[in-house]
Amino acid sequence: MPALLELICPAGSLPALKAAVDNGADGVYLGLKDNTNARNFSGLNFDAKSLAEGIRYAHGKKVKVLMALNTYPQPATLARWHQAVDTAATSGIDAIILADPGLMAYARKNHPNLRLHLSVQGSATSYEAVNFYRERFGIQRAVLPRVLSLPQVENVVKHTDVEIELFGFGGLCVMVEGRCLLSSYACGDSPNTFGACSPGHAVRWQQTPKGMETRLNGVLIDRYADNEKAGYPTLCKGRFDVQGETYYALEEPTSLNSMEMLPEMARLGIAAIKIEGRQRSPAYVAQVTQVWRAAIDAVKKDQAAFKPNPAWMAQLNKVSEGSMHTLGAYYRPWK
Amino acid sequence: MNLPNFPKPLARLVATLPSWPASRAFVAAGNLVAWPSLRELDWSHIAGRRFRVQVSDLGLNLYFSVHANGFRALRNGLADVTFTATAQDFARLALRLEDPDTLFFNRRLLIEGDTDLGLMVKNMLDAVELETAAAGMPVGMGRVVMKLRQLALH
Repeated sequence: MPALLELICPAGSLPALKAAVDNGADGVYLGLKDNTNARNFSGLNFDAKSLAEGIRYAHGKKVKVLMALNTYPQPATLARWHQAVDTAATSGIDAIILADPGLMAYARKNHPNLRLHLSVQGSATSYEAVNFYRERFGIQRAVLPRVLSLPQVENVVKHTDVEIELFGFGGLCVMVEGRCLLSSYACGDSPNTFGACSPGHAVRWQQTPKGMETRLNGVLIDRYADNEKAGYPTLCKGRFDVQGETYYALEEPTSLNSMEMLPEMARLGIAAIKIEGRQRSPAYVAQVTQVWRAAIDAVKKDQAAFKPNPAWMAQLNKVSEGSMHTLGAYYRPWK
Repeated sequence: MNLPNFPKPLARLVATLPSWPASRAFVAAGNLVAWPSLRELDWSHIAGRRFRVQVSDLGLNLYFSVHANGFRALRNGLADVTFTATAQDFARLALRLEDPDTLFFNRRLLIEGDTDLGLMVKNMLDAVELETAAAGMPVGMGRVVMKLRQLALH
């Protein structure tokens, strides 16, 4: 039976992985402690020991483990990415999530049985792109960027036999996923190579008489009054002076929450729903996984009668950036 | 159930304490209760870095560093990174009831100074399994910690 609405949850640490597994994830995704993945933050992610224990724990409860290797290798350090693919293949990882075609070719050639998923960082938004990766590298699933409306997603689904995974909840990128240069512009580190947007070394927070200031590599990107909610220290979520007016010139800090579209996603045969947040704590993973498990179970039981429970939405808003949510691009009248 | 707020009269009393004895008391408790489960971690990148924990509702400042043999109180009031939150929020973080990013979005947690150092410590602590930590605590303490967490969750 093809996969339908598998719940894929983030794990930045072993306790987070266990929280996902214990609260009903069908799969967890994780990364290694280096720049081979796009959540390369200090102290986060898995080493050989925690990876082995994580896989043992998840597989013991019939939960899949996916490994994100979704940055773009650089010539001088290519061996690190190859080694990471080899590690995934030999340690029992169920699928690797890739963005770089060169790495897909390597995985295909050396580990033909290893399942490949196309990362959101691959930025494939059309069925032609998805099918290209299928034909050339045999990818079995594609994670679509959060830039498509649901009718556009439907158009992709109709024209491919690659499984489609959509984001369900979590931090929202500005609408050029996998191609964003904002962090690179401010800090010299690109998420696609360094493995992190707004890396910790470039971020400074300071409480001042005017409010809490966020600086990225010395550049003031926001100043919050005492009663204002804060967002992640990324350029896209900063407030800027534009022709004498200071406002969120790119996007507002908010989280994606597509729960009310679950019945439609079920109808389209969406294979999996991804929860964002490998940088977050086990407490977040436990809370969000629990809510989404309940929601997906409810949709599978009765698509027509499904309505997001207000208590679930409140729980999700509580952990959201800016403490609010949006349907993002999934629902929009323009194309 | 929520953890109780720190009683106001007691908070006023605590605020009058000088930070050096408070730091020493905190470090002694930390070495007794938490260090057994933290000693396995790789502290090499952090050894000698100076931390300040500012408990905002108590007006309490704790200064310490971490070394291969445990926490050490600091006297000079300098810090590489400062964490600021209320006593209750620090307790909720320690019991893994609250997500630090959520507290940050809601302006209940502030990290000032070396952000990367703060992130590293946060992520290292997140990677410690609470059950293992509780098992390493002195007799009875671990059970109390797990019980508190259970009570607050339900």
